[in-house]
Amino acid sequence: MIPTAFASGLLFGFGLLLAGMANPAKVQAFLDLAGAWDPSLMLVMGGAIAVAAPAFAWAKRHQRTLLGASLELPQARHLDRRLLLGAALFGAGWGMAGICPGPALVLLAQGKALIFVLAMLAGMGLHAFVNGKR
Amino acid sequence: MTIDWASFTPLTATAGGALIGAAAALLLLMNGRIAGISGILGTAMQKGSRDRGWRIAFIAGLMLAPWLWSLFAALPSALLEATPAWLVIAGLLVGFGSRLGSGCTSGHGVCGIARLSPRSLMATATFMATGFLMVYLLKHVIGGGA
Repeated sequence: MIPTAFASGLLFGFGLLLAGMANPAKVQAFLDLAGAWDPSLMLVMGGAIAVAAPAFAWAKRHQRTLLGASLELPQARHLDRRLLLGAALFGAGWGMAGICPGPALVLLAQGKALIFVLAMLAGMGLHAFVNGKR
Repeated sequence: MTIDWASFTPLTATAGGALIGAAAALLLLMNGRIAGISGILGTAMQKGSRDRGWRIAFIAGLMLAPWLWSLFAALPSALLEATPAWLVIAGLLVGFGSRLGSGCTSGHGVCGIARLSPRSLMATATFMATGFLMVYLLKHVIGGGA
């Protein structure tokens, strides 16, 4: 199933590039409600959700994938402080730079956003470290 | 609110979104996994993590996309306005926050909402809110900066 994961990553990358998500200035223009607002990214999310939703509906009714792998969907249902605090911190960083993890890697592959990616990996490592100590 | 019609790109935004959704559907229907980039990347980095193979393959595909694109067409412009110091803080927040909150724009914003997860709906509402707030502060209160 390595080839399908590779194909999915490739498709995801093309999608980010085509959608304008790999342009931090465009992402920030979407987040800038009080300025000259560019609503494009709402359509990115809408388009992505519309295409992905039927697949997730199918997955709910099945135990195995088309290739026979087990379907691993998140089981957690409760809202907790970690979810909300994590999302709040993530959003703040996303707004500051206009970059989230997928576009960060697509930018890095173009020789851009190296500082951001190193800091992001450090942030992930810091979380793994803190989590491991708990 | 003023809409910047000149920068609004409804066709490529929707088509690009559809490709992202198709990528998430493909990974789900074949590999049985959620296409959440922060989770794929964060877990791939951990020592001795399980199923590293597909995670690295996904990341390799993602990072080869710009190169393959450039063989056929000019890459779209990518403008970074934040200063290096801002980028360090932003990167730390994005890395730490996405792992603490179990997801980012892809895992919560696309996959989570597509499967109607209440946790993902809340997470998405939260990161959109702080994203809007941060850009408001940077562009209209502090000014300049980023």
